[in-house]
Amino acid sequence: MSFQDILLQQLANGLILGSFYALVALGYTMVYGIIKLLNFAHGDLYMLGAFIGFVVLSFLSAFLGDSWTGILCSMVLSMIAVGLLGVLIQRVAYQPMLSAPRLSILITALAVSMILANLVMALTDGEYLAFSTDLGYDGLELGNVFITYTQMVLVGAAAVLMIALYLFVHKTMYGKAMRAIAIDQDACRLMGINVNRIIALTFFIGTSLAASAGIMAGTYYGSIHFFMGFVVGLKAFTSAVIGGIGSIPGAMLGGLLLGLLESYGTQIPFIGTEWKDVFSFGILILLLVFKPTGILGKTEIERM
Amino acid sequence: MSEPILEIENLETYYGKIHALRSISFTVNKGEIVTLLGANGAGKSTTLRTISGLTRASGGTVRFLGEDITRKAAHDIVKMGLIHVPEGRKIFKGMTILENLELGSFTLTDEDERARRLQHVFEIFPVLRERRHRDSAFLSGGEQQMLAIGRSMMTNPRLLLLDEPSMGLAPFLVQEIMRIIVKLNREGVTILLVEQNAKVALKLANCGYVLETGRIVIQGDAETLRRDESIIKAYLGE
Ligand SMILES: Nc1ncnc2c1ncn2[C@@H]1O[C@H](COP(=O)(O)OP(=O)(O)O)[C@@H](O)[C@H]1O
Ligand SMILES: [Mg+2]
Repeated sequence: MSFQDILLQQLANGLILGSFYALVALGYTMVYGIIKLLNFAHGDLYMLGAFIGFVVLSFLSAFLGDSWTGILCSMVLSMIAVGLLGVLIQRVAYQPMLSAPRLSILITALAVSMILANLVMALTDGEYLAFSTDLGYDGLELGNVFITYTQMVLVGAAAVLMIALYLFVHKTMYGKAMRAIAIDQDACRLMGINVNRIIALTFFIGTSLAASAGIMAGTYYGSIHFFMGFVVGLKAFTSAVIGGIGSIPGAMLGGLLLGLLESYGTQIPFIGTEWKDVFSFGILILLLVFKPTGILGKTEIERM
Repeated sequence: MSEPILEIENLETYYGKIHALRSISFTVNKGEIVTLLGANGAGKSTTLRTISGLTRASGGTVRFLGEDITRKAAHDIVKMGLIHVPEGRKIFKGMTILENLELGSFTLTDEDERARRLQHVFEIFPVLRERRHRDSAFLSGGEQQMLAIGRSMMTNPRLLLLDEPSMGLAPFLVQEIMRIIVKLNREGVTILLVEQNAKVALKLANCGYVLETGRIVIQGDAETLRRDESIIKAYLGE
């Protein structure tokens, strides 16, 4: 493979990895933006999205086969289910903590994360489950570079979701209200905005985006595991910080950037795939030291 | 003729142990401009916050258009046409002027009505029209106040609560803001105006109340209050 081939192949790999990170990072950043909470359970909701998608897909495959239709249906249902769960978690676990000291809500989020991960571990005996799809390995050949149709569809789907989110947030009244409550909640109440309802909506959208990424990851890697949300959660957090936490375009940018950095990073001589995580978290540390506000962010993360 | 729009009875508000409002009672009639005066910390803002539902009353009642709204949520009170322009303007910095105004009409569902209200606001404040796509963070203090008032007019308010609209503004801008308040009042909006600047407020008000440490200590028609210099000296520290 020539140098250009490697560049192109890693571009494809990086984009797909970056799409997953970006979708998960969006929920992180949106929730941080409105209630200043680093929702550590967010990666687990991504994982749960994959498992619920798995269950729905198993039901549907009897009727639809393991095709894109089945995946699409299970993705929509899983997004709705996990989105509602996100709202429930906010109401039950986080809402009562909003007036408590900041550390309490952070610890609550860790607890929710452990509950979700351990619940799925207990239900699956900690086994890997095969996310069976027969999408095949057809694809586009560009010289020595090969990109599967699956990869293209997944990147396309992630792009559609992110564009839809962007339009929602900038063109609709509810989307504008969502940005406004990140700025001043009291002022929003004086505009007639039901702040609790907008917070619920934000959790719904944020967690359902994570669920969509979970299904996409299941489809892409072919297997799912209760621990899959842990590292992705950390990577999504890194992405959100790279882009500037609280910023929606920042999360998209940060996710894609981290995905690309990782896939190109592993091509540097002597830095193999096994160094991927060291590479990302190294970036996180450097960023927190030199530019904690990220690329597009305004607010700094409070030191805890 | 004098039909009450807002009736406050024995209103009590606490911030933790701080007793901020001590049994306040007053009435605002339809079509009037009523001013609430008092030194810093007297409880003027707290009175407005309690009326609009931002702060919970611990006793007493607030009636708007005959309905008891004491326990109503702030966002539901807005839908009745009671709009509060808070101290410090609280505009959404980081969002454009147009977006700020649109958010003021959040409770409207009719897009035509939204467009009509927007035109109306732009007629009163042409400077907002020119800069509608700019980030509101870059407006001057006077322009921010215009935006805050403009935003409050996006739903056709019946009663406006204005908290120190003249704060931090140069004298000619204060005059401009006061002229606009009178204009709104002529259009049929009842106004409850909180001010530290008693001279300015009493010039346009029908009547006034003076607050001191959470109590109403003086009330009367604006004419009388304006003439009685000793009142202003004693309670407003001017
Ligand atoms: N959020 C708050 N928490 C605690 N005390 C407050 C708060 N807001 C106002 N106060 C207190 O309530 C009293 C009345 O304040 P305020 O209504 O803001 O007065 P004014 O608007 O007349 O200057 C003051 O003693 C003030 O310190
Ligand atoms: Mg005040």
